[in-house]
Amino acid sequence: MSWVTKTLSSTLGRKLIMALTGLFLILFLTGHVSGNLLLFKGDGGQAFNIYAKFMTTNPAVKILSYLTYISVIGHVIYAILLGRKNKSARPIGYAESGASTNSTMASRNMGILGTIILIFLVVHLQSFWYQMHWGDLPFVTYDGEEYKDLFSIVTFAFQNELMVAGYVIAMIFLGFHLSHGFASAFQTLGLNHKKYTPAIATLGKLYAVIVPILFALMPLYIYFTS
Amino acid sequence: MKLTLKVWRQKNNADKGGFVSYPLDGISTDMSFLEMLDVLNEELTEKGEDPVHFDHDCREGICGMCSLYINGKPHGPQQTTTCQLHMRSFKDGDTITIEPWRAAAFPVVKDLVVDRASFDRIIQAGGYVSVNTGGVPDANEIPIPKTIADEAFDAATCIGCGACVAACKNASAMLFTSAKISQLAMLPQGQVERKERAEKMIAQMDAEGFGACTNTGACSAECPKGISLTNIARMNREYFSAVLSSENV
Repeated sequence: MSWVTKTLSSTLGRKLIMALTGLFLILFLTGHVSGNLLLFKGDGGQAFNIYAKFMTTNPAVKILSYLTYISVIGHVIYAILLGRKNKSARPIGYAESGASTNSTMASRNMGILGTIILIFLVVHLQSFWYQMHWGDLPFVTYDGEEYKDLFSIVTFAFQNELMVAGYVIAMIFLGFHLSHGFASAFQTLGLNHKKYTPAIATLGKLYAVIVPILFALMPLYIYFTS
Repeated sequence: MKLTLKVWRQKNNADKGGFVSYPLDGISTDMSFLEMLDVLNEELTEKGEDPVHFDHDCREGICGMCSLYINGKPHGPQQTTTCQLHMRSFKDGDTITIEPWRAAAFPVVKDLVVDRASFDRIIQAGGYVSVNTGGVPDANEIPIPKTIADEAFDAATCIGCGACVAACKNASAMLFTSAKISQLAMLPQGQVERKERAEKMIAQMDAEGFGACTNTGACSAECPKGISLTNIARMNREYFSAVLSSENV
């Protein structure tokens, strides 16, 4: 084994991949939530549809989107690899657990939270991402240029109470996952410093609240306004 | 005090093991937890039964020999070693569950005794300095800032009891290994083998079958010496910079 593969198959190497892919996905979420704020514009979806076309055709965005797919897949695969190692590290469990007194619920259940988010992600991609790329979408014309009307698909999907409820609940799980994952990624990278660690922790908590709330407001806004 | 002890009994490593309940009376609140177990063992011995086996040595909280997972927590409800835990931390009529450390890398020898030789092998892999230290040096001969010396000393207070592994949901040994890497990485004497140490100790930690770190912080919260999580971040930095810059291809 070369030193690279040896490092990346060590426990710390695997944690490094979890941290880097996780941080990249946080960057992705920041972009995703910012762009989708256009749903609140109230212009019948014009800005959103133009944005959607840009996001699926711009070459720079294409590179970023491939990095995002790789990050999601990498994050999942390495979570499974680490999870299996962690399970085998304690074949016989304890009869009693005092874990609630020494750690947070989210930190102990990152795997479960992540699995729920992954299930949500599959449904979410099927509903919008797949439709945008390969679905049979209606077209709209703004200033003589044709655009896929993704906005109509989004507004149609969020007429359904179950869909709205599912999205809001999924965002709660995302919030808990981020509440631990954000600061944890920095710790794994070894970025721990008296000056910056408290700020990273605070930023992580804020991020874990603000971003999922903004996401959850989108289906709620559409449901109650259309 | 009147107590009921639910104790893990296991004849040897091949035995499946299980809990046995023992009623115990006349326990003083001034007794240490281990003295309470001594009382139980005297009763068992008088009855001709096999006493409960548990590890202990100095009983002063400095050797790291005692263990025991008491009521769901390593070393019990106080952040100290089991030998420094006193019966005043419990109430009359309590049922106390006592289990051994649970980790693949800490196989049960008998009852509550586990084999922690995996920690020794991590140390043997690189937790030493091989510079000739000579006789006692003069004070301040090697200038080390007080803050660095303090931090290295804090890491060095790790007694290797294994409570971090016992507390961790992944049975990870990262707090222990990071403390042992940190105490040498911060001092001039530790520079010679600095990169090699990080690589070898972490390889050994993996080979022993310990889990990964999820940064839950349970280890540090339960550590009788309060070893900080900053050591784990430092270990990660040491490891990543070592693999990137060492000569080991």
